[in-house]
Amino acid sequence: MTALIELCDVSRAFGEGQESITAVDSISLAIEPGEIVCLVGESGCGKSTTGRLVAGLLPPTSGYVLFRGQDISQMDRAGYRRYRHAVQIVHQDPYSSLNPTQSVRQIITTPLRRHKQVLSRSQAERQALELLEVVDLTPALDFLNKYPHELSGGQRQRVSVARALTLNPAFIVADEAVSMVDVSIRVSLLNMLARLRNEFDVTFLFITHDLALAKYFAWEGRIVVMYLGRVIEEGPTPRVIRNPRHPYTQALLSAVPEADPEVAQRKHAIELRSANIPSLLDLPPGCTFHPRCPYFVPGQCDTAVPPLVSVVGGGSAACPIINQERIRS
Amino acid sequence: MGNKATSFPARVWSRLAHLGRSVLVTLRIMAYNKVGFIGFLVVVAILLVSYAGPTFVPLDTQTKIDQIYQPPSREHLLGTDHQGRDILSQVINGGQEVIEVAVIAAVLSTLIAVGFGTLAGFVGGRIDSFTVTITDIVLTIPQFPLLAVIAALIRFDSLLFLGVLLGLLSWPALLRAVRAQALSLKERDYVEAARSLDLGTWHIVFREIVPNMMPYIMISFTLALTGAIYQQVGLVLLGLVPISGSNWGVMINLAWVRGAIFFEDSIWYIMSPVVAIALFQLAIVTMARSLEQVFNPRLRSET
Amino acid sequence: MSQDRSQHRPMTSNTFSPLSLHNIHIAYATRAGPVQAVRGVTLDLLAGESLALIGESGSGKTTLGLGIVRLLAKTARIEPGTITYRRDGQEIDVLGLKPAALRRFRWSECAIVFQSALNAFNPVLRIWDQVWDVAHAHGWKDDKAVRQRALDLLRFVQLDPERVIHAYPHELSGGMRQRALIAMALLLDPQILILDEPTTALDILTQRTIIDLLRRLKEEQHFAMIFISHDLALAAELADRVATIYAGKVVEIGPVHDIFYHPRHPYTLGLIRAVPTVSGDFEELTSIPGSPPNLINLPSGCKFHPRCPFATGRCQEEEPELERAGLNHYTACWNWPEVKREVEIHPIHGKTQSTIAFSETEGGP
Repeated sequence: MTALIELCDVSRAFGEGQESITAVDSISLAIEPGEIVCLVGESGCGKSTTGRLVAGLLPPTSGYVLFRGQDISQMDRAGYRRYRHAVQIVHQDPYSSLNPTQSVRQIITTPLRRHKQVLSRSQAERQALELLEVVDLTPALDFLNKYPHELSGGQRQRVSVARALTLNPAFIVADEAVSMVDVSIRVSLLNMLARLRNEFDVTFLFITHDLALAKYFAWEGRIVVMYLGRVIEEGPTPRVIRNPRHPYTQALLSAVPEADPEVAQRKHAIELRSANIPSLLDLPPGCTFHPRCPYFVPGQCDTAVPPLVSVVGGGSAACPIINQERIRS
Repeated sequence: MGNKATSFPARVWSRLAHLGRSVLVTLRIMAYNKVGFIGFLVVVAILLVSYAGPTFVPLDTQTKIDQIYQPPSREHLLGTDHQGRDILSQVINGGQEVIEVAVIAAVLSTLIAVGFGTLAGFVGGRIDSFTVTITDIVLTIPQFPLLAVIAALIRFDSLLFLGVLLGLLSWPALLRAVRAQALSLKERDYVEAARSLDLGTWHIVFREIVPNMMPYIMISFTLALTGAIYQQVGLVLLGLVPISGSNWGVMINLAWVRGAIFFEDSIWYIMSPVVAIALFQLAIVTMARSLEQVFNPRLRSET
Repeated sequence: MSQDRSQHRPMTSNTFSPLSLHNIHIAYATRAGPVQAVRGVTLDLLAGESLALIGESGSGKTTLGLGIVRLLAKTARIEPGTITYRRDGQEIDVLGLKPAALRRFRWSECAIVFQSALNAFNPVLRIWDQVWDVAHAHGWKDDKAVRQRALDLLRFVQLDPERVIHAYPHELSGGMRQRALIAMALLLDPQILILDEPTTALDILTQRTIIDLLRRLKEEQHFAMIFISHDLALAAELADRVATIYAGKVVEIGPVHDIFYHPRHPYTLGLIRAVPTVSGDFEELTSIPGSPPNLINLPSGCKFHPRCPFATGRCQEEEPELERAGLNHYTACWNWPEVKREVEIHPIHGKTQSTIAFSETEGGP
């Protein structure tokens, strides 16, 4: 089956010359229709940039992006427009994702009317009401007239999702879409997104720094772990969570604060060799994690960039040290 | 809603009612800021006086040598000028021209600044570089000397011309500021969402970005008004623009030339237009505070 | 620990309590009328304990935290209620402190640590200047002594002292700023530390270093700490006691183990069931229906009842007060026995002995 979206060796750099930052470095990622893929990593790892590359909001500086097998930079205007309509993005910050000067009605009916999905204003409103119900904003009629400042964070995110749905997208990039929403509401937002996947055949790329959330949302899908612009591990979520095959993933999992006192007491965070996070302007040679890695092997880890190799249990990881050991033992 | 069966008069009526309600809501919002609302009322009052006033108080053009520089009395509330003419009638009639020139100049400069500034900031690239270069060039032109030179070369027959000229010279500073705002606003998530939804540059610039700059645009508009008033009065005062009619600027010029400031009796002649102008400026500037609120969506909630 | 027989004040023992809040109400004046952000909170902080105040938007937790050190905006009023601070046998009425005494109270008795956002520091001053400002404002005149103490504290929070003390805030990462803030808070050796969302907006690995630092502070220095957060994990990691706050009132308070495994309030239960953990098996999560409370338009009776699966008629009419539901465990719910039954039928996190996800890989090759 052709992947819905595929990034082939994509890189994205910002700035020029000495000041150039490679936010995303040679990433290859294929997402099948109906999949749930979670992109996790800490700040500066390039996950948001990757999300924008997938959505076509940023062009890659090298490599190519395929949509349904076609290179988006080679598409004709109609094809490219179809691609852009098919991939939508939901942002993190409920306070800046909606235009404060527009009512919910305007926010949702504008794309409907512009792209002639509907013919008259009343039709547009009717569809807007349907979309509001899909995202559980009921009674929908009440919400149409409201302005963003009259809505709570969770409600705003739902409006964002409804807006993204106006063009019947096949793919939604959710960039930390629930991070700034109250904890008690996050789950219902995630369940709503999962429902979209089932009922509307929407494929998701869920970007988050919260591993526990990634585990919950993508349990039947994949987790892709990024560090300083590179993918360092990916695989089926249960495998990655239970048996991480990269020292960084292991360190992350061991460091996550747990909402369970007994686990928290017993948990022992893996000690890293250094607390310094390298700057993107001055990346360490070889494996970028080596200055902090407890398995560091001088001569090997600081010379060559380790490739992603398949690991037992599914997926791959970019660490020859612990994966070799595993095979040996 | 939008039922084709509604009759034409009914639709017109509902549109008017909707408009009326909007106006009332706007007034209520402006009234939140008491000082600003007073400013607004004063502006409305001055506009009324300047436009409706002349019908009731026609300009006194009769020279009455026996009534030169009379102090205020029941007959002449502000006294008389150097030709015995009533000052009050001159003040009432003298506002129209000044206001019109100022409005033309302010509207023109705001339109240019907002239109091009937002476009340049949002689109970026060569259009942006070009706009910025032109802006810098015009910005460095000394306005007043240029106006003086133009005044010397061309006859100022109509107010429109003066207004347009002032407008064409005063947009640079505002454009730079608007452009800076646009540069910042275009990074907002809702703008990115609009791009993702393929809503088009025109829509994004004028429906997404500009509405979020309205408070700033309003302030700039009012400052453009005050600036234009000062500039034209200055031009008239310095005699650079031909004196005709009897607007406030002309009154100041005539009074000044005649040394009206030096005599107790004649001081009304020079102070009346000065006070009128100063009052108008103050009212505009204070009204700006209320105008800011009008564009704050938080004050428009239904709840 | 001996038990206090008082029904109204959930004091856990007769041991020393450096800070007592009694019936605190805080209201903001707004155009629409006064808005009650805190509606009657009574708490006793015990010496050396870590208390977590857990709540979401509209709960009033931040208002309460700021109110303790009286850092609220002028539009806020703290009345009625009393805040009593105790040290060396003396009792001080914090709400009655005059500005000079209040300044002494803040920072040298009770320090508050904000989020590590840039705004917590003055961006145009170096760290040393800000440290010096604080020390100087509190009467320290000896430049060298202040500097030495500052360097010691920076070392304690595991920062490179010389480098950080001369740095501008923007030159430090979020985690480093947070640690520097903690160091500054310790400058005058306060008895109580209030931390407002200390780990929010930080990366996982950085959060871990902050949590470990705070744990060390707790174990080595015996501060009394109040954590204000929406993050249950923070409470689980660091707190001795946890209080959940909803719509301006404490709805449940008890030892951390009880709160997490034997909650007795529907809101606490809802929160715990809504938060995922990384370790252990996949667990179904449930969210709490509805929206956070609108402080201008609070529901009648129990403020949580519109969202509560255990609500009965009484909940709509009367607002419950805190009552005893276990050892040192208090809850404000008419139907808490139902909550108890529900937890017995569906225990939290399966068993208490959960499998740890990474046990296989821990320990290295």
